[in-house]
Amino acid sequence: MIVLNGQAHELSGAQTLGAALAELDVSPEARGVAVAVDGEVIPRSRWPELELSEGARVEVLTAMQGG
Amino acid sequence: MSTRAGRGRAAGAQHGAPKRAGRTSSPPVSRMPVEDPFVIAGRELRSRLLLGTGGFPSLELLAEAIALSGTELVTVALRRVQGSGRTGLVEVLDAAGVQLLPNTAGCHTARDAVLTAQLSREAFATDWIKLEVIGDEDTLLPDAPELLKAAEQLVGDGFVVLPYTTDDPVLARRLADVGCAAVMPLGSPIGSGMGIRNPYNISLIREAVELPLVLDAGVGTASDAALAMELGCDAVMAASAIARAQDPAAMALAMRRAVEAGRLARGAGRIPRRRYATASTSDEGLADLS
Repeated sequence: MIVLNGQAHELSGAQTLGAALAELDVSPEARGVAVAVDGEVIPRSRWPELELSEGARVEVLTAMQGG
Repeated sequence: MSTRAGRGRAAGAQHGAPKRAGRTSSPPVSRMPVEDPFVIAGRELRSRLLLGTGGFPSLELLAEAIALSGTELVTVALRRVQGSGRTGLVEVLDAAGVQLLPNTAGCHTARDAVLTAQLSREAFATDWIKLEVIGDEDTLLPDAPELLKAAEQLVGDGFVVLPYTTDDPVLARRLADVGCAAVMPLGSPIGSGMGIRNPYNISLIREAVELPLVLDAGVGTASDAALAMELGCDAVMAASAIARAQDPAAMALAMRRAVEAGRLARGAGRIPRRRYATASTSDEGLADLS
């Protein structure tokens, strides 16, 4: 189980960030997207392979109107 | 980018033209302060109007407002992906050819703001950050100690920091001292449209810091933007005033003209205020009609 954007999620296959992003239908090449895991910024190059521990808090963020 | 570079070169060529001695004609408009480029962290901007993207009813209206405002620097926020995550916002802003200025809106601590800035750098591939650290939910006033702490950390981490701050000249100086690239004092609370509540403080900040000074927050209509420029601000940031106007495109154009008019008036040097009238027509040669 991971916490994906505040909601508990069971990943069916590999417990990787790549799988979590696929769950959200977010492409690894998507412009204007950033990811934090347990309060730490994860560089794009590490997205596909990064393994997520049980209960990991994953925040997937993108551009919104503001300011 | 290429079009901006082209305009920049044209302006540079005019500025570089040799000066002739004994010139008597008035200077061309291009030499007037309204045409001076606005420089933040080495980046030349032709427009002195920054635009916030929040509150626009549609991306079409946002695109129209960007075009009419002439802005080259536009803020965006970072929020959780919803649906497919494709909002179309970045595409619209890319198509408009503007530079993105991510903000840390909604952050209440230095830690959150620093992390949000780092995430923005990943998302938008820019070191620029409009730093907001909010200390009160009702007024959205900045939390001064947290703001200063976050600014110092982000400057140390290589960011170009543009802090949203109170209209306190001392805090503005402290933000300059830690290496911010500009200071962005509020005129009044965000989205309030109350204009510049303390023009005197904005003037004091102008005297206190040499950094680019951008009036942020509180602008309600065009005259507020003009006043900011007359007080010596280098630029004005407008968001709600344009986005939530009944006709955002028309207000975008009004803001653009107001910023230019205020800049020209500042450079022209206004007359002092006097308690009594000063006749603009001489009494000399006045007819005796008694």
